[in-house]
Amino acid sequence: MTPETPAPTPATAPAHIELREITHAYKTDAGPLPVLDNLNVKMAMGSFTAVVGPSGCGKSTLTRLIAGLMRPDEGQVWLGGRMVTSPRPTVGMAFQNPVLLEWRNILRNVMLPLEIVGQRMSKADRESRARELLALVGLEGFEDKRPSELSGGMRQRASLCRALAHRPEVLILDEPFGALDAFTREDLWQTMARLRREENFTAVLITHDLRESVFLADNIVVLSGRPATSQYVLANRLPRDRTLEDMYGPIATDMLATLRHQIQVAQGRAPATAAKAAE
Amino acid sequence: MNTLRKFMAPLIAIALFLAGWEWLVWANGWPTYKMAAPSDLWPAFWKFRGLFLEYGWQTLWRTVAGLALAIVFGVGVGMVMGFSRTVRDGIYPLLVGFNAVPKATVVPILALMFVGQHDMNTILVAFMISFFPIAVSVSIGLSTLEPEYRDILRSLGASQLTVFWKIALPKTLPEFFGALKVSVTLAFIGTNLMEIISPHGRGLGALFDSGKISSDYPLMFAVLIALALLGIVLYYIVVALEKTFAGWAERAPT
Repeated sequence: MTPETPAPTPATAPAHIELREITHAYKTDAGPLPVLDNLNVKMAMGSFTAVVGPSGCGKSTLTRLIAGLMRPDEGQVWLGGRMVTSPRPTVGMAFQNPVLLEWRNILRNVMLPLEIVGQRMSKADRESRARELLALVGLEGFEDKRPSELSGGMRQRASLCRALAHRPEVLILDEPFGALDAFTREDLWQTMARLRREENFTAVLITHDLRESVFLADNIVVLSGRPATSQYVLANRLPRDRTLEDMYGPIATDMLATLRHQIQVAQGRAPATAAKAAE
Repeated sequence: MNTLRKFMAPLIAIALFLAGWEWLVWANGWPTYKMAAPSDLWPAFWKFRGLFLEYGWQTLWRTVAGLALAIVFGVGVGMVMGFSRTVRDGIYPLLVGFNAVPKATVVPILALMFVGQHDMNTILVAFMISFFPIAVSVSIGLSTLEPEYRDILRSLGASQLTVFWKIALPKTLPEFFGALKVSVTLAFIGTNLMEIISPHGRGLGALFDSGKISSDYPLMFAVLIALALLGIVLYYIVVALEKTFAGWAERAPT
């Protein structure tokens, strides 16, 4: 177990999650399909890292590797100083599909992880933990509703609560806001920022949305096209407590231009040496 | 008002059906050996009321026993097929072939194999005819489970068994009950097949057969009606169970 320490500044902190020389290929009928090629990424304790890249470049594979649901062909995943060889209960996951259990109400959906890893907690403690999280994301009063009675954004909020119920050290987000409309998505960004202030975790966010990565993350890793390697890492220059207004300021605009250019390089549509796109 | 409509609508439909039937027989002047009218059936029911109760019960319990066997076996096979692609690919043709064999041809074979074991033979036919939809629906329900559902528990280190109990099984229940509605009727057909074909049988099927032998046409039609009633009862028992265990799958009307 990693001791509970206040989150140090990302730049100098020891790595909480480390991907070392990861190479992986899927076996298909048409032969091996390489998805990751010598990928190295370090994430500090308490940091928020976004991973962006072209479609199908192995971003979701990355989440399964960090969660220990899969082992890479080559290389290692280190988590809190230990090599990941199997799933561990210090991880929470949320996906684009909220996958809530339709036969449970929202409260019992959020309590699900505690039935697996919270066996030492009393039923009352589990319930109060779930209620606390639901209140934090603005779902107070919806505890007894069925998932089908909630909107897409609310379901995704509940899914985030479930991912955090057991106080995981690592939160893995695989495009959790990808299927939401633009306004709901911005609401959820703010919810995510609030969760980050209240809870302690190191977060990995897979996303297609560059603005999302700039709003939420400390570091943004751009993956190259398949087989993917870490092509570029951008440290966020916005203040840590950022607002949606910051997203229209010059710093954010400049970061977005850099990211967009790097994605185009990854897609092979722009030479790596060229200056940033028409500025 | 809503409950009243729920009960009245089917009752009115049945009354209209019986009236139409009665009129058809009356308008054509058909004798009972061509087609008995509903009004001919009451005397038949009353005359053989003891047999109807006794044989009706026999038909009922054998059907339920056959269906119970089909559920145990079908869920078992469905689980294995749902979790292992190799097993599914391997035994699917076998299952389909087994299902395609007309069960009427199996009846004499069973009757020879287990001579005199009338209860067991009947239950076996009911079982054989009804397990297939259950096995297929459970296997499809399990194999189409989105990987994310598995991952939310697997990523916490939960075992396959936990994933099955907490997620796969409840998620498959709506498909299971859909199949059970088909199977309950099939099991019923299987029971009667055995009861009608095998000599010295018991149950409503045998009553039908004795009606045929003694040219008691109203009795034959009365048995058909009794069978229909039993079928309806069994079907709605399944519906009630579905409401209890998988009621969440039904969306509120909007």
